[in-house]
Amino acid sequence: MSQLAVRMVDIRKTFPGVVANDQVNLEIYRGEIHALLGENGAGKSTLMNILTGLYQQDKGEVFINDELRNFKSPKDAIEAGIGMVHQNFRLVKPFTVTENVMLGQKKSAFLKLDEAGERINAISSKFGLKVHPKAKIWQLSVGEQQRVEIIKMLYKGTDILILDEPTAVLTPQEVNDLFEILRGMADDGKAIVFITHKMHEVIDFADRITVLRGGLSIKTLLKKETDASELGKLMVGKEFLSGRKNTINTCGDRSLSIKKVSALNDKGLPALSEFSLDICKGEIVGIAGVAGNGQRELSEVITGLRPVTSGNIQLDGTELTKKSIREIIDFGVAFIPEDRHGMGLASNLTVIDNAILKEYRSSQYGSRLLDLKKLREKAQCLVDDFDVKIPNVDCPVKLMSGGNLQKLLLARETSIEPKLVVAVYPIRGLDIGATDFVHNVLIEQKNAGAAVLLISEDLDEIYKMADRIAVMYEGKLMGILSTEDADIGEVGMMMAGARKKEDA
Amino acid sequence: MDVKKERKTKIVFEKRLQVPTWINLVVPIVSVFFALVFSGIFLKLTGQSPLTVYLAMYRSAFGSAYGFSETLVKAIPLMLTSFGVAIAFKMVIWNIGAEGQLLLGALASTGIALAFPDLPRILLIMMMIAAAMIAGGLWALIPGFAKAQWNVNEVITSLMLNYVAINVVDYFVYGPWKDTAGFGFPQTATFSQNAWLPTWGTTRIHFGLIIALVISILLYIVLNRTRWGYEVKVIGESRNVARYSGMSIKKNILLVMLLSGALAGMGGMLEVSGVVHKLDPHLSIGLGYSAIIVAWLSRLNPFVIVIVSMLFGGLINGGFSIQMFGIPAATATMLQGAILFFVLGGDIFARYRIKMIK
Repeated sequence: MSQLAVRMVDIRKTFPGVVANDQVNLEIYRGEIHALLGENGAGKSTLMNILTGLYQQDKGEVFINDELRNFKSPKDAIEAGIGMVHQNFRLVKPFTVTENVMLGQKKSAFLKLDEAGERINAISSKFGLKVHPKAKIWQLSVGEQQRVEIIKMLYKGTDILILDEPTAVLTPQEVNDLFEILRGMADDGKAIVFITHKMHEVIDFADRITVLRGGLSIKTLLKKETDASELGKLMVGKEFLSGRKNTINTCGDRSLSIKKVSALNDKGLPALSEFSLDICKGEIVGIAGVAGNGQRELSEVITGLRPVTSGNIQLDGTELTKKSIREIIDFGVAFIPEDRHGMGLASNLTVIDNAILKEYRSSQYGSRLLDLKKLREKAQCLVDDFDVKIPNVDCPVKLMSGGNLQKLLLARETSIEPKLVVAVYPIRGLDIGATDFVHNVLIEQKNAGAAVLLISEDLDEIYKMADRIAVMYEGKLMGILSTEDADIGEVGMMMAGARKKEDA
Repeated sequence: MDVKKERKTKIVFEKRLQVPTWINLVVPIVSVFFALVFSGIFLKLTGQSPLTVYLAMYRSAFGSAYGFSETLVKAIPLMLTSFGVAIAFKMVIWNIGAEGQLLLGALASTGIALAFPDLPRILLIMMMIAAAMIAGGLWALIPGFAKAQWNVNEVITSLMLNYVAINVVDYFVYGPWKDTAGFGFPQTATFSQNAWLPTWGTTRIHFGLIIALVISILLYIVLNRTRWGYEVKVIGESRNVARYSGMSIKKNILLVMLLSGALAGMGGMLEVSGVVHKLDPHLSIGLGYSAIIVAWLSRLNPFVIVIVSMLFGGLINGGFSIQMFGIPAATATMLQGAILFFVLGGDIFARYRIKMIK
């Protein structure tokens, strides 16, 4: 291929107790889109943080344009033309696009906003990054915000662009647009790297792929010369799973019944409008939809965290909407929230403290005083049953990886033998092994007769798991289909096709 | 962040994933050391030898049985205010109002002592304790309610109420409760002996010490072994997680403030009933503020609070004695301030690993 932009040789980086990268080699050429593929904890982000100067490697060398450059700070990396678009955007919401792009550009005391605006227009028209320089960030869709991030990098003179899981927040259409833009940039001689663990993105959009596993760089391959199953094997070291997982029909009587429920979001705007849905015992209903269409609010009204403005929700004939959060928990509703760290688990507390969050009130753990021994046993039991990897139950959970956190959360939530399981993006950020585990647990719950509400952005996941697929858009139920008859394309159409207007 | 030019050695802060236990011990000790050095510079500037002054402070605080007994006397109300502050801090409610809660507690128990001088001793003291706890608790409930109901910043409200409390006490000691036989001094009459806590031997160490020690044990049990203590811990860690688990945050803010204020209020009662036997405007020597330092230095552990309160009692006690050198007792306050400053600063070493990079 053409010119070598980045060469990382024999990189090693350790954190207390963990080797994040070891003997990692990576070569990135100008004009290519390079995918960095690996499970969570494979060392992708660490490697990119070294390349962007956020971390310093313990060992190894970084060459940029064949010149030895070991970065000591992000500033060094920016000077060398490296820019990274993070998963969580680094944008100031009340500021305009231009102001955000100008941030950190300390060339003169006065901001030349008009001049900058022109440059932004020039950059955006060159690469098709449609966005208005004077728009405020909060007015923009997630896809547009991402474009602002890219423009920000290009404005700084980035010619080696790194994107950390860029598609995690995008609709399928936005994903295509993004990669079209990236392709244009590559054709212009820039080097593009994207971190991912989604196979189809690698297959559809990358030129070359470097697979990382357990902190090592396993192999770099040309896309032309490989396929999904080879990559899958390299990534996890075992066969790639495909097809439907939930094949046995265990649906029983009606369990959860949501009738014409409306609710507001945190900003006080309607998030759910007259949403209705039934779920049977032993059934998994998957909610498909682009994030931000009321899924979160739906999960919260069911679990009592958010009040309904109208409508009602019944579980096994008992009205839930008038119950407190605590009563709903005790009634047998398990909730796997979107935000593991900020809601499902308290990061600084120990495994024991987290394991008993839902059950500490139960009298089996002591009458007046808590029986610490029983609590410890309970936590140990959950950890053993779900094979959670931790040194001991007195560790704070923040030391655990995403997969182990989710295992602990699932272990706790399912230990109450729930009537209903509400799972919101339960596999977000998890590797294939952990994903598989989560799915098995949900299926076990279904087989045990629980009603399962699975909210996901990933159509593959819904197809794999759900008995029926309900599509949600702007807080409304767009339609409900039996998974066997559903065509993924059709569901995707309902998710996106029903949109009244395209993004600007 | 990285403003320095290239080629220089750089200091990098790397976040620690887990805080090693030794750090929690070393940081406070080193912080205190630096505070001594820092204050020593000021003493030197005023022409004193820091070592001589520190030694004199140490001698008068811990060097003799009498000195130590006085140190303990100073430590007792400090333990109570520190317990109160600690329990609120545990839930990340910044109750800065222990000073005012202590004063209100002292005021209420004084009211009882003055109103019922002839009640049997035990009954009277129990009533005084109850009144002090209720008054301190209710005083703390004001910022607590505003926080729970409207999310009003409790730092500001609880702090402001301290000044209100000072004025309330002043009103009573300059006004209705002023001792007619007191030569015009703004203070109440001395309580009847029935309202005095028993003391130990010839010292001024009073029964409040036992009460404080018992409370430290109870508090430890409440925080570590009860469901409520668990809720306080979880709420302190994350409001979202607590809500998700069905805990009532509002209710617990009210409860924690009530208890926090009640403990500080009891501190006020112990001081009037155990030591001064009357109410005067100089009752608190910043015990509510020192409590913040003590609680923080003790990492909110009730047993450690007992020890650290004794050290701070020594500091206060020693501070008085160095006035003989012509050094203001405020030196001790400066030292306290410096300790808090260095402890807070020292926390960065607990949370981050510091590396030099060439």
